[in-house]
Amino acid sequence: MREIQASDVIEAVAGMCMKANTELPADVRNKFEQAMAEEDSPAAKEVLRQLLENADISNDTRLPLCQDCGLAVFYVEVGEDVKVTGPGLRKAINEGVRKGYGDGYLRKSACDPFTRKNTGDATPAVIHFDVVPGDSLRIAYMAKGGGSENMSRVTMLAPAQGWEGIKKFIVNRVAEAGPNPCPPTVIGVGIGGTFDHSAKIAKRALLRKLDDTHPDPKIADMEKELEQELNKLGIGPMGLGGKTTVLGVKMAVEPCHIASLPVAVNVQCHSQRHEEVEL
Amino acid sequence: MAEYKLEMPLTDDAVDKLRAGDVVFLSGTIYTARDAAHKKLFELLDEGKDLPFDLNGAAIYYVGPSPAPPGRPIGSAGPTTSYRMDTYAPRLHALGLKATIGKGKRNDEVKTAMQEHTGVYFGATGGAGALLSNSIEAAEVIAFEELGPEAIRALKVKDFPLLVINDAHGGELYAKPVLDT
Repeated sequence: MREIQASDVIEAVAGMCMKANTELPADVRNKFEQAMAEEDSPAAKEVLRQLLENADISNDTRLPLCQDCGLAVFYVEVGEDVKVTGPGLRKAINEGVRKGYGDGYLRKSACDPFTRKNTGDATPAVIHFDVVPGDSLRIAYMAKGGGSENMSRVTMLAPAQGWEGIKKFIVNRVAEAGPNPCPPTVIGVGIGGTFDHSAKIAKRALLRKLDDTHPDPKIADMEKELEQELNKLGIGPMGLGGKTTVLGVKMAVEPCHIASLPVAVNVQCHSQRHEEVEL
Repeated sequence: MAEYKLEMPLTDDAVDKLRAGDVVFLSGTIYTARDAAHKKLFELLDEGKDLPFDLNGAAIYYVGPSPAPPGRPIGSAGPTTSYRMDTYAPRLHALGLKATIGKGKRNDEVKTAMQEHTGVYFGATGGAGALLSNSIEAAEVIAFEELGPEAIRALKVKDFPLLVINDAHGGELYAKPVLDT
C-alpha cells in the first residue's frame, strides 16, 4: 500500500485552483484566435479580442479570468493500492480548496441553498470518486461557474427517439440558453447510465481538451455533427450574433437500461477552466 | 451604431437617445447588487425604509466581484447573468433606476418597464472580469457587508465599456437563434 501525504494533496489542489482560474488553457486560446479570424461581424470579433486581452491581464496580474471562480468540482481516480495519510482524501481536497481560494483571492461562491448564507471558504467541494487499479492518485479540478451551469439540463428520452431526439434536445437547449451562459460555450453531453450518471459523465467530458478527438470514430463524428448544428444557430460570442456559438462538443456514452435513454447536457462557459494532477 | 461617453447619474435625455447596438463608456458611481442584495433591497422597500443609495438616475451592476488582492481596488468584476434579477428590475425602474448592467436575456416585464420609465439595459462582456476591473478606480461596500461577494458596493468607474442591449424604445441587440423546426 503506497502512502501519499495529505499535505501533498492539499498543496496540489490549492495550486490547481489558483492556476486554472488565472491561466487560460492553450487549447482555448487557440480556439479564440481561430474564431476571431473566422468571424465576420465586428461585435463578435470585439468580444473575442476582449477575451484574449482578459486572459493576458489575468496572466500578468493573477486576477481570476472571471469573478465567478465557480463551485470547485473534482473527479478523483483513487488507485486501489493508495492510502492518503492524516485526515483522509476528502478532507485534504477541501482543505486544498480553502487554501487555493483564500491565497488566490478567488471568489467563494458556495452557499446554503435555503438561507443563501455563503460558507465563506468555497467548500464543500463537489467530489466524484472512482476506484481504479494501481497505486497512483489522479485529481482533476474544474471551476464550474453558475451562469453556465444554470443552463444545463438532464432529460429521459424514449429509446425510439434515438440520435435525432438527442440532437433536437441539445440544439433546443443551447438555443434557449442563448446569450446567458457566456457563449461561445463548450458543451458536455452525457448519454446513458442512469438519470444521475448521465449528468456526471457529461460534466466529466468537459475535462477533455478542445482539440482532442474521441477515440470511438462514430462518437467523434457525432461530436462534429453536433458542433456544426450548434454553430448554425448564429447566437455567436456573448449572443451578439456570429459563427462561434460553441467552441466544442464533448460526448461521453455509456450503456443504459433497456427502457431508458438518459441525456444530459452540461454547459460550460468559454473559459473552460480545469487542471489535472497525478500524485 | 453610435458611441457615447456618459456620466452618472443618467438623465432621461441621455437614456432616451440610446439605441440597441450603441457603445457606451460610462463614468461616475454605479452600484453593485445581485440576487441576495436585491432580496434585501425589496425588504427595505416593503418596510417603507430608505435604500442604501439614491435610485434616481442610478445604474445597478449585476456583479459579485472576486476579493481585491493587495494594491488593487477590486478583484475580477465581470457581469453575472441578469435574468435572475428580472423579478426585481421593473419596480426599481418605476422608482427611478435608469440602467442595469449584466449579461444575457431580460424578460418582457423588464423590457416594458424600460420603455415606460426610460430605462436601458447594458451588456458587459461575460467572463472578461479581469479586463473590466481595469475600468474600476474605487470600490466601497455601502450595505449588507454580511453578504460577502453579494454585498452592495459603490464603484467609481472610468470609461466602463458597455453595449446597449435593450433600449427604451423596444430595441434589442441579441441575435435570435436560427432553428430549422
